[in-house]
Amino acid sequence: MTDDSLKPLSKIEAGRTVKLISIDAGIGLKQHLAAMGILQNAEITVVRNWHCGRIIINVKNTKVVLGRGMAHKIMVR
Amino acid sequence: MAKQVLVALAGNPNSGKTSIFNALTGARQRVANYPGVTVEKKLGTRTYNGFEITFVDLPGTYSLTTYSIEELIARNFIVEEHPDVVVDIIDASNVERNLYLAIQLMEMNVPLVLAFNMSDVAKQRGLQFDIDKLSELIAAPIVETVGNKAKGIDELLDVIIETAEQGAKHTSGRLNYGNEIEEELAKLTKQIKRPTKVTTKYSKRWLAIKLLENDKEIMAKGFSDGLLEAVDTSRRHLAAIFGDEPEMIIAERRYGFISGACQETVKSTTDLRHDMSDTADAVLTHRVLGLPIFIAMMYLAFQLTFSIGAYPMGWLETFFAWLARSVGGLWPAGAESALRSLLVDGVIGGVGGVIVFLPNILLLFAAIAFLEDSGYMARAAFIMDRIMHKIGLHGKSFIPMLIGFGCSIPAIMATRILENRRNRLTTMLVTPLMSCGARFTIYALIIPAFFAQKWRAPVLWLIYLIGIVLAIVCAKLLRKTLFRGETVPFVIELPPYRMPTARGLLIHTWQRGWMYLKKAGTIILAISIILWAASSYPKPAEERLAQTSEAEAQKIQLQYSVTGRIGAAMEPVIKPLGFDWRIGTALIGAMAAKEVFVSQLGIVYSLGETDQDSDALRAKLQADYTPLQGFCIMLFCLISAPCVATIAVTKREADSWGWALFQFTGLTVMAYVITLVVYQLGSLLIG
Repeated sequence: MTDDSLKPLSKIEAGRTVKLISIDAGIGLKQHLAAMGILQNAEITVVRNWHCGRIIINVKNTKVVLGRGMAHKIMVR
Repeated sequence: MAKQVLVALAGNPNSGKTSIFNALTGARQRVANYPGVTVEKKLGTRTYNGFEITFVDLPGTYSLTTYSIEELIARNFIVEEHPDVVVDIIDASNVERNLYLAIQLMEMNVPLVLAFNMSDVAKQRGLQFDIDKLSELIAAPIVETVGNKAKGIDELLDVIIETAEQGAKHTSGRLNYGNEIEEELAKLTKQIKRPTKVTTKYSKRWLAIKLLENDKEIMAKGFSDGLLEAVDTSRRHLAAIFGDEPEMIIAERRYGFISGACQETVKSTTDLRHDMSDTADAVLTHRVLGLPIFIAMMYLAFQLTFSIGAYPMGWLETFFAWLARSVGGLWPAGAESALRSLLVDGVIGGVGGVIVFLPNILLLFAAIAFLEDSGYMARAAFIMDRIMHKIGLHGKSFIPMLIGFGCSIPAIMATRILENRRNRLTTMLVTPLMSCGARFTIYALIIPAFFAQKWRAPVLWLIYLIGIVLAIVCAKLLRKTLFRGETVPFVIELPPYRMPTARGLLIHTWQRGWMYLKKAGTIILAISIILWAASSYPKPAEERLAQTSEAEAQKIQLQYSVTGRIGAAMEPVIKPLGFDWRIGTALIGAMAAKEVFVSQLGIVYSLGETDQDSDALRAKLQADYTPLQGFCIMLFCLISAPCVATIAVTKREADSWGWALFQFTGLTVMAYVITLVVYQLGSLLIG
């Protein structure tokens, strides 16, 4: 599915794979996310998203749980 | 004399670092805390080929920035302690992300060894490595290991010793950040004049990189204003060129270097999209099934702890009763001896009181270690988070609070599963509100004494419910006041499921158990002896006891003792709660352990030995108190000061007497206020 609009990660349905465009967070957190493989151009597959509470993503072959607030601030395409 | 070698184990969380540490050191481990923080420092030793190797298991980290206390500890250890070798444990099935830490270690010029751990899983996933080439690119020897099967350990030891003998390396220039960044790095390197003693420990290039990354810890090392200005200029220059913070560009370049290295050296032969972990997660983190499965798991862990634990607990109780009788029997019948009383009631009673909890604690920690090592705990936190988040607590806080229904001591120890200190302290402080098993003995005495059959279950339910509601309210309050602060942005890795090894479980469980015996044991024992002395001394004159029955004599003695006097002196204070000196005396006794309340009350009523099934005691209570007073006694016991063992464990786990005393006074004041309101309002309503 080609959808070119920028969306927060929290709005992506489970099963879809998206590309990370930007993160709106403090630099410390951004560095930490980068260390976990979550940085610009990373490919992210959403594994679980119940549209409330945390979401599970798969990035670089690892599953990572993100708080909803965090997922709101990660813009993907 | 054997040559000493110091080795630091670094690695990502879930890279199997602990299994390598266990395989390297076996049971020769000890746990300490890093000074000033509650992060565990694990040390272990191994003698190998005439070398005495000390291993330090650094906290698992993804990076060496200053994002978390763990990262800072790992980094400072490497800088300050100068380990002869740093072994970076890498999850071989997830090389790319794991190498991010390795690259940073490489830049620190440390003598580095990489352990490609879980190489069997990586092979199953169809990954093939060109180890020699990758090793050359990273400038560090690589050893393939399988930690939980102890494979490749001897080879790893050989390489560690080889690397230790070679000494420091000059690998920091391996990664080229590209012209723009390198130019700035060169400028800064030239300007760094090693201003203080501390900075001589770092390589200039590493310092320059850290300055460019705006690393707070390094910036505060006392560099000249000129240099700091130059850093600022460089950062702004780079930000203008790239349109992003320099530290992000640096992170991207590191990944660029890694992915370049991996493209040449890592081949994936099969494309395994779905593995075992995915299948398990489909069920275990299912939207509907997840919660019931979690509750069932907890029920099992709980059952294991308290049902199976009841047997060894019974044996221990029997043993200590026998020991008390045997030791007591050394004195002639009827003879009074202070030493006998100290040994039997003080020491054996006190030590016994500590050791009977050991089976529970060992079983509970075995269960928790199993849930953690298998990878399930991270899922449980995910599932529970939807609910716990509303109270301002972490999903995992649920577990210690649940355990609190059994006993507060293991519950407070279980708060270790929480990484965040604010969350951990909050959970620790409110856990005693979960009504523990010992308090049940008080309810079991009082409820049948005052309430008709049909009201008994609802009253018991109400008491438990009050505890839960208060815990929730207090947690919310604490999070809004003392432990305020934005809920930490939540990012955590879900480790793949793994079968825990028996060795790992045994080591984890034993370490916890030993810590309990050693630390809590000494404090609990000391306080038990003090409380024993307070209930035994001073003794009334012999003639006062001459004409009385044994039960009557016990009563007179208790009344005459410090405990009895405090109980009596407390009467004006506790009168508004509906309590008299008898209850006061029993409450003082209950501080040693909640169930002592019942036996103290028995002594006060001259009934001799009593337990919660004593109908004689119930009859006395019925005659002296109203149901409202009975309810208030239970309410006060539920909320008030946790037993000394709980306070001792809180002190130990929070690493501060302050929090332990805060818990003690906070809960007692709350108990007082709530009981006061309930009793006064109740009296008004009932008339």
